Amino acid sequence: MTAADARTKITEFAGAVLTGGGTALIVSVPPDRWAAFAAFAKDTLGCRFFSFLSAVDLKDEGLEVIAWVDNTDGPFAMLMKTRLGPGVSACASLVPVYRGANWMERECFDMFGIVFEGHPDLRRILLGHDWVGHPLLKSYAVDTPHPPYR
Amino acid sequence: MSADTAIPVVRTLDYTGAERLTMNMGPQHPSAHGVFRAILTLEGEKVVAVDAVIGYLHRCHEKLAETLTYAQYPSIASKTDYVAAMTSELAYVMAAEEIAKIEVPKRAEYLRVLVAELQRIASHCLWLGTWCMDMGGALGGGATIFLYCIRERELVLDLFESLTGARLLYGFHQVGGVRYDVPEGWMEQCRQTIDLIDKRIDEYQEMLEGNAFFLMRTQGVGVISKELALDVGVCGPLLRGSGVAFDLRRVAPYSSYQDFDFRVPVETAGDCFARYRVRMAEFRESIKIVRQIIAGLPEGPISSRPGLKSVAQVRVPKGEAYTRVEGARGEVGCYLIGDGTAKPYRMKWRGASFSNLAVLPHIIPGHAVADVVAIMGSVDPVFGEVDR
Repeated sequence: MTAADARTKITEFAGAVLTGGGTALIVSVPPDRWAAFAAFAKDTLGCRFFSFLSAVDLKDEGLEVIAWVDNTDGPFAMLMKTRLGPGVSACASLVPVYRGANWMERECFDMFGIVFEGHPDLRRILLGHDWVGHPLLKSYAVDTPHPPYR
Repeated sequence: MSADTAIPVVRTLDYTGAERLTMNMGPQHPSAHGVFRAILTLEGEKVVAVDAVIGYLHRCHEKLAETLTYAQYPSIASKTDYVAAMTSELAYVMAAEEIAKIEVPKRAEYLRVLVAELQRIASHCLWLGTWCMDMGGALGGGATIFLYCIRERELVLDLFESLTGARLLYGFHQVGGVRYDVPEGWMEQCRQTIDLIDKRIDEYQEMLEGNAFFLMRTQGVGVISKELALDVGVCGPLLRGSGVAFDLRRVAPYSSYQDFDFRVPVETAGDCFARYRVRMAEFRESIKIVRQIIAGLPEGPISSRPGLKSVAQVRVPKGEAYTRVEGARGEVGCYLIGDGTAKPYRMKWRGASFSNLAVLPHIIPGHAVADVVAIMGSVDPVFGEVDR
């Protein structure tokens, strides 16, 4: 599977929009197709290396979840994105597809408050279990004091 | 047997696995090489479950980066992976350069490769020394290899000190190039250092591979299958120790790695010994690359941008980029979104150790407690990079 083959396959996947693409293929999918697309990426496109998963707070446009996967044989890389929409903080979990998503989604929950449905063990990972708020949201001001200090 | 000759029966604990014990390993444990807590569930000596607790070194670099300019952050980036500070700086400046389409002069590209490879040698020295010390007295007094390796690492740090003025956290890279050129006589010192290390690597390899205890403690221990390695996203020597020839210097060359001749070492066993073999081969490949740079460092400027007059001087247009480098521990990546100002809108660190450590709950169950130490060391985690 080369990057060109992958392009053709992606255009056949319902809901996937292939944008730009310099060093990697960039694909946007609707949130309800997120897990299905990840399974398609792994099984059909051969992107078996799971690099990272994270999110971006786009303020009024809501949260966007991103994940980077690699086909190590191609080799080519793909950045997958899904926009959850304003006010939505729930997303399908990728743990059933990629085991590496486990810690990444926990970090994403910790930092953005995104609830990954289907995650086997969704709890905070980097911050303490009693931390209030989700620091990487744009509404979480960095210069606001957050006592008690420990 | 009469009562007066009866031998008193010593009551033994039931180590057959009938009772379970929860044991806390860390957060302060010598084998953690930082602050890491593993909650082990034991049946006798055997670990049946592990819950890894991380975050003790968390500083929220990703939020911090949103408040600092492109000129300020590179020197902070080195504090993520403080054992291989050169690599994280490089990932960050490369991301800014990619979005802003900033050219980097050839000499600067070569200097970036040079310090990245010297850094890999220094980092692997620390890994080898501490790992062998973790496995203790079986390896000729425990601290022997450690002290040898630290001695070699010092020589590389001396080189960095005369190049940048710092021994651990450098601030060497900046958007558009590098900040310092090599001083007079530095290249000769560098050549002597790597010649010396090259010779001593053979010595260590002989010491370790001729040691039956070392082989017993590493061979067949902590096996990561190829499928698991890819799925969890473990990278660097762990991935190559599991039979995947994935090295970013080869599959997606950055800086000027395409100009150099080097081999990507791969082992297929996936155990601690395979990871050790990969790193030992990487020592030599790094030395080979450094020699090529010494032989042909191009002349010219070291930065494509004028000297900094203000911290907000570097502006990056709207756009996104994910750039990654092959650090000593694997794929160190920086996903950056620029919004046209002097500070990024969002930055995501992909720390190699974070993904490498995430494999532990999959491989530790079934091993003895003593093997946990050997496996942890073979993963080579740096907690500044795990917790970011």
